[in-house]
Amino acid sequence: MDLDARLQNVTIIGAAGKMGSGIGVLIAQEMAKLKLKPENMKNVYRLNLIDVSEQALDGLRSYMKAQLVKAAEKSTVLLRGLYKDRKDLVENSDIINAFVDESTSVLNYGVDLGMAANSHLIFEAIFENEKAKIKIYKKLNRMCSTDTFYLTNTSSIPIGYLDENAGLGGRLIGYHFYNPPVVQRLVEVITANNTTEELKVAAGELGKRLRKKLVPANDISGFIGNGHFIRDGLHAIAEVDRIKSTFRYTGAVYVMNRITQDFLARPMGIFQLIDYVGIDVFQCILKVMRTHLPDDKLRSRLVDRMVKHEVLGGQYADGSQKDGFLKYEKNRPVGIYDIRKKDYFPISEEWRKRIDKKLGVLPEGYIPWRGLLMDSKKDEKLRLHFEQLKKMDTLGAEMACSFLRKTKEIAEGLVSRGVANSSEDVNAVLTNGFFWLYGPINEYI
Amino acid sequence: MSFFRKKVYACAGFYTVSLGTGRKEFHPKKPRPGIEHYIKEAGLGVIGQIKNPEHVDEGVIGNFIASRFCHQGNLGGFFPMVHPTFQYKPCMRVEGACDSGGLALVASVKTVLADLADVVVCLGVEVQNTVKAVYGADYLAAAGWYSGERKDGHAYFFPDQFSRRAGACFEKFGYDKIRPGMAQWYVNAIENARKNPKAQEYHNSNSDLHSTGMTAPSPKAFCEHINVFDCSKVSDGAAGLIFASEQGLEKIGVSKKDAVEVIAYAQVQDNLTTPPPDMTKLSTCETAARRAYERAGIQPRELGVLEVHDCFTVAGLLAVEAAGLAGYGEGADFVKEGNTALNGLIPTNTSGGLIGYGHPTGATGVRQAVDIVHQLSAKAGDYQVQVTPDRPYGMLSSMGGNDKTVVAMIFRKTN
Repeated sequence: MDLDARLQNVTIIGAAGKMGSGIGVLIAQEMAKLKLKPENMKNVYRLNLIDVSEQALDGLRSYMKAQLVKAAEKSTVLLRGLYKDRKDLVENSDIINAFVDESTSVLNYGVDLGMAANSHLIFEAIFENEKAKIKIYKKLNRMCSTDTFYLTNTSSIPIGYLDENAGLGGRLIGYHFYNPPVVQRLVEVITANNTTEELKVAAGELGKRLRKKLVPANDISGFIGNGHFIRDGLHAIAEVDRIKSTFRYTGAVYVMNRITQDFLARPMGIFQLIDYVGIDVFQCILKVMRTHLPDDKLRSRLVDRMVKHEVLGGQYADGSQKDGFLKYEKNRPVGIYDIRKKDYFPISEEWRKRIDKKLGVLPEGYIPWRGLLMDSKKDEKLRLHFEQLKKMDTLGAEMACSFLRKTKEIAEGLVSRGVANSSEDVNAVLTNGFFWLYGPINEYI
Repeated sequence: MSFFRKKVYACAGFYTVSLGTGRKEFHPKKPRPGIEHYIKEAGLGVIGQIKNPEHVDEGVIGNFIASRFCHQGNLGGFFPMVHPTFQYKPCMRVEGACDSGGLALVASVKTVLADLADVVVCLGVEVQNTVKAVYGADYLAAAGWYSGERKDGHAYFFPDQFSRRAGACFEKFGYDKIRPGMAQWYVNAIENARKNPKAQEYHNSNSDLHSTGMTAPSPKAFCEHINVFDCSKVSDGAAGLIFASEQGLEKIGVSKKDAVEVIAYAQVQDNLTTPPPDMTKLSTCETAARRAYERAGIQPRELGVLEVHDCFTVAGLLAVEAAGLAGYGEGADFVKEGNTALNGLIPTNTSGGLIGYGHPTGATGVRQAVDIVHQLSAKAGDYQVQVTPDRPYGMLSSMGGNDKTVVAMIFRKTN
């Protein structure tokens, strides 16, 4: 069965979640494009969007509509070509509306897993719990055809382990989108030892159609993305512990966040990133990795305590940031969670200046991440930035160089342990999935 | 014999900030002033410069397509809102796509020439940020032939029309000759805009404008031969000035040294339903400029300052050729050599032009006139150029559609 045929009936489990809903938008557009081809006029297309509550599905309905409009607006150049024979559709608005109608008409919302029975392509994007995932796969495997392909969005659980326990016989592949799937180009593709060739080919072809950058990762818990991020986060937490006698705990969190963001020219500081992902999610991934890897260092008492305090980070439905290690106003950090006082310590201008003074200045001509993002000479500017950093005799520069070294070590570990096939793959994940300007394996250090 | 049978002056020029992406105060999701605000700001900006507003005889406003962007027609009706002097006086809106402002200038001058008015307030306005660019492109496509061109046209109809012109120029004269000229046009536009606090690109701090200008096109999302930096801005803004007879100037208490003289114009129309005769030329602009020079009795080299309709960088290059300042196919080199820069042979689009200042379509022709008046009366601020006695003239060329509707107007510094 080719991919076109599989795309006639697709199911997304966990469709109302932030990953499932984004995957839904991407697949709905692909199905609508297929439906528009003259040879497919008679085919019926269905995208089953399954989640556990009707309430969540209501939210999903409005999200899908808004996202499909947005996607159609961005693809109007292409859509005008697809609708060139429809004389009645002249203006962009006519064409956008027609395409949105076309895509929403394939959507089938519900809470019943049985809706997936006729699907030949099933995406699973539920929360990171191996038992729950295996249970769902087993149910699906009983009702769906024996040639149905399963794509899981897991970011940490080994694919072979899931496949084996659910009895899928090589019909499961790791297809790890990054948040938000509609925008982020990266998909980590994880194959198990027994993943079938046909599924590998279909997954590759689908990635091309979705215009995603596919990076292969091997079936080792955490894969490349979390394999790096989790260890990077743990290192920052360890650094907080090391420097808290100098800066106190809140100051230490601020320092590590600032070193990673400003001194290392990343889109956000490490603690802001952990908040963005969700502290509970971070904890959950740690647990999964600890279960599947012989590495006892994959734990953090601080993270456990934060979760216990119910300080979890993550995002509100409108995409704004919830408070976590940091407190946010208009998505900008304004306070730091004081774990002992169980309250936020406000970042005052005076306090910030005092700590910044201890760190020392940024290299001359410093340009923040956003300023470099579109800069055609960013590589040269970054090289100069790090060259200066290495020569500077300040605490900030020293900590930044040390962090850069550790980050590189973590990345090289992924290659040496066979998680990634090459340095390029690790760099591709960090630059595409985490929007870094440079890969962790570089010549800067 | 002079083309005009009496003297006509322009004075009291004013324009608003061009609001849109690039301005720090612009946020697409936050509420913004409506079209009434812009009309009032520009109208009062003009009237505030004269002593006796009761002597204003008429109001003319240029606007392209507020009926779609703002769901608003009958714009003449806003004049009495601007100032009570307009109550029960003749007021009207004129339209000629992106040359609406140019046509407003002509309509105002004609009324003075016809002895029907001594003082005409001429405004232009457009508010375009009410919808996303992809829908705005639909509205602006009305400058072309809807039933003949739109269905087969591109999503971004006008950018594509000029992308094709750029492609034709690349083919005829060579990519390496034309493309860097387009990028240089962008560089000049932004550098000039940085001197104009009202320009949309005033806050632009890009340190490598030339590389940005050379950005490779992205045909799948936009156009084949041009990038987004080759395009003028989506803008909200308004502009205004006064056209007056000699007696009119006296009545409103404006001295001749604060005014400039309008000495000639040419208004030229091409057939909307036929394709351009030559994609590598702005034939209608060329006809308008030639006719305006003839009527003014001057040569292109006598111009001290120039305003052209650079809706796209390639249009800027072709417009400089059409104005007779560079030979056919030589516009790119002319610009690359620095001739159109503020300190060049013929300072062009000194306040940033449509790419740097912005392009509130219906206001643009009027804004161009305001800039010429400011330059010739030494009121241009940081972007003032030196206008020498041997070259006391300024010309504007305002274009609607794909070189369809054109006004060229020539002004002279008063003694």
